Formats: sequence, structure tokens, C-alpha cells
Amino acid sequence: MAELPTQQEPLTLDTFVRGLWEENPVFVMLLGMCPVLAVTNSTMNAIAMGLATTFVLVCSSLLVSLLRNWIPKQVRIASYIVIIATFVTIVDYGIQAISLELYAALGAFIQLIVANCVILGRAEAYASKERLHTTFINSLGMGAGFTLALLSLGTVREILGSGTILGVPLFPADFQPWVVMILPPGGFFVLGAWLLLFNWLRLRKARKSPDPTGAAIHAS
Amino acid sequence: MNAEVETQPRGGVTPTWPMLRTLGGIAMMSGLLVVLVYQTTLPIIAENQRLLTEKAVFQVIPGAVTKRDFVVTEGGLQPVETGGAGTVIYAAAGADGGLRGVAFPGAARGYQDVIQFLFGYDPDCQCIVGSKVLKSTETPGLGDKISTDPEFLKNFVALDARLNADGTALANPIVPVKHGTKTQPWQIDAVSGATISSNAMARALNDAAQDLLPKVQRELATLLSGEDPKEAP
Repeated sequence: MAELPTQQEPLTLDTFVRGLWEENPVFVMLLGMCPVLAVTNSTMNAIAMGLATTFVLVCSSLLVSLLRNWIPKQVRIASYIVIIATFVTIVDYGIQAISLELYAALGAFIQLIVANCVILGRAEAYASKERLHTTFINSLGMGAGFTLALLSLGTVREILGSGTILGVPLFPADFQPWVVMILPPGGFFVLGAWLLLFNWLRLRKARKSPDPTGAAIHAS
Repeated sequence: MNAEVETQPRGGVTPTWPMLRTLGGIAMMSGLLVVLVYQTTLPIIAENQRLLTEKAVFQVIPGAVTKRDFVVTEGGLQPVETGGAGTVIYAAAGADGGLRGVAFPGAARGYQDVIQFLFGYDPDCQCIVGSKVLKSTETPGLGDKISTDPEFLKNFVALDARLNADGTALANPIVPVKHGTKTQPWQIDAVSGATISSNAMARALNDAAQDLLPKVQRELATLLSGEDPKEAP
């Protein structure tokens, strides 16, 4: 298959930064909500989950990009899932080798990375069309954005729900932690608050910018 | 995608070979990678598991530095190497080589799921000297207080577990009581807000102790020497 360089994205800083802010998988695209809500009850879990997802995202995107000209359209989803599942299994064993306590804390959510739509979405929408190096940078950006989002939730929930950060106590001993914050409802509260903040920032930016793209965002 | 599909040859000719080749190739590569990682991490994971158990045993038995694993079988205690089936208990020795205590597992249904514990038993004082939650899915902030609440953990510093006169069961069953009403050394003062989990812990301890401690106490010599008395000359 001939390469069509005009259709492919040139490598710019935006290739990376987009995943952090403009197309943040959690705060903008609202993808992969299951681990976002479930494992962010502590900062450590959020970091571990973010890094594990980033690893799977980067490796599977690279392989998909590498094989993009060999995978027929009819079997692409099956191929992507097998590729993603392979890297999830690798991460699963890897985390067990690093720390069994961390593995117990993350529970079934490691295996569930297979079903994380951020990863399949990247494979389908980006890696299957783009060259290896832009794919690498883009998926790294998306992974960093996902980790950042998990961290934003995990830190707030741990500070409010346990009164600690990475296990270090922050408040005097008589602080009564808001237990609800580390329970499932807390995940929804904190996610809601972050989404509110992000949307408010975006709307404010759109309102202030005079260019027509800004107006379009505002109108929508 | 639709455009792509339409460019395929018409008349039901599906390019089978490329599909088979791709799926087969990817599956084979996936299998190779998984086996490679599995083989590499297997010894590390086994070592982690061993360290985790060791850490837990040393945590529930103060002063322990070495441990030996035994299996509680129908015929009595046997070193784990003999391959008998049954509950595994851990005899822990101090720096001087003397028996410091025995760690034994227990499990009971909590609020969410079965909670698994490890308890430390000191044969000298015939009491429970430590506890650790090995596996729990109890509610964070409520049920999981059984592994963090310092007041509650004081229950397991010297919990009375004496055997009755003929050594077949505990003299006093270990029972949970409502928070703040503990009067006897064999009672467990429950955590308020984690009553179901506290009760589960007491039940796990009582069940395991009633079953295992008579056997342990009867064969203390085995644990001390580490030899099977029947095989010793």
C-alpha cells in the first residue's frame, strides 16, 4: 500500500499537548470512566493505574501503527483487541512482580484496561492511520492526559477522604475525614467538580477570544 | 470505511488469506510475548508472595525472625515439604531459635465478601498476640477500620485463648462485644461503624482457634524441633 504523506499529521508539539488539554480523554472526551471512578480513591492507585494504562496505550498504538498496512479492515477490531489484551497481560504480570500489595489494591481494574475505550479509540482513530513516530508522541500525550486526570481525582479524594496524600497525614489528628469521598459517590462528586471547572475555563476562553472558532465553540 | 468495503472485489470473494495471516500472526506474536513475560516474572512473583507471607507472619508474632511452614493434617502437624493437604500454619522462632509463636489463618464472611486473616498465637501465654487482614474488600473508611483502628487492634495484643482442661477446645469462646463493653480478656471490643466486619473477624478467629489451637498445643514439640515426631528415632 502506498503511503499518502499529505493525509498524515506532521509531528508538532500539539501532537503531544492535545492529549493533555484540548482532547483530554477524561475531562473532554469522557472516555474510560470505569477506572477513573473506581480506582482513584488514593493518589498511589491513581498513579499506578495511569501509568499501567499509558504503557498499554503506547505499546498497543505503536504495534497497531506498525502493522497498519497489513491488517485488513474486516479483522481490525479483533486484531486490536488481541494486541491490547497482550499488553494488558504483560502489565498484569509486571505489577505482580513489582508489588503484590499494589496489585491487590488495583484489583480487577488492571484486566479491565482491555475494555478501556481510550485505548481502542486511539488504535482505531489515530494509530491505524498515522506514522509510527507521531503515533508514539500522540499516545504518550493521551496517556499523560489520562494519568493527569486520574491524579486530579485521586489526590482530591485522598486528601478529603483520608486526610493524607500518598499516605502522609496532612491534617491534625482531630480532622474527621469525609469518608464519602473515598466511596463510589465521592468519585462522582469530584469528577463532576473537575468537569465543571474545565468547562467553565473553556467557555470563558471561548467568550474572550474574538476569532470565529471561539465563537463556534461558544455557540455550540 | 464504507468506501473501503465497496472497493473489495464483488461477488462474495472475501480475501480470506490476508485475514487468516493477520489474525494468526498477531495471535502467535501475542502468545510468544505473554509466555516470555510469564516465564520472566514467575520467580519474581513467587518470591514476592513468599516475602509477603513472611512479612505478615513476622508482623503478627512480635520478635520473630525465622519461620517454618507446617500443614495441619488428619494425622497431626507435618512440615509443608512433605506435601500433605490441609491448613498451612507458620511456626516462628526468635533470634535465639526458641519458638515465639504460631501464625494461623482464619476467614469469615464480612459485609462485602469473605475476609481473610492471619493471627499470631503465643503458646507461652496461650493468647493471641497479633492479627493482620490478608484480603478484604470491606468498605473503605468503615469496614476496613478492622485493620487500621488502633483501639480495635489493642484487642489482639493479649487476647485470652486458653484451652479447656482436656485440651480439646478453647476454655472461653472468643466473642465480639459491643464497643466499650469489654469486660473479659477473651472478648473482642467491636469498632463502632464496623460491627459486621468486627464480628466477622471474631468469628474467623474463634473458628480457626477452636479447630487449630488444640492440635498446635498438643504438638508443640513438633513445632519446636521442626521434625516429625513419628519419623524421629
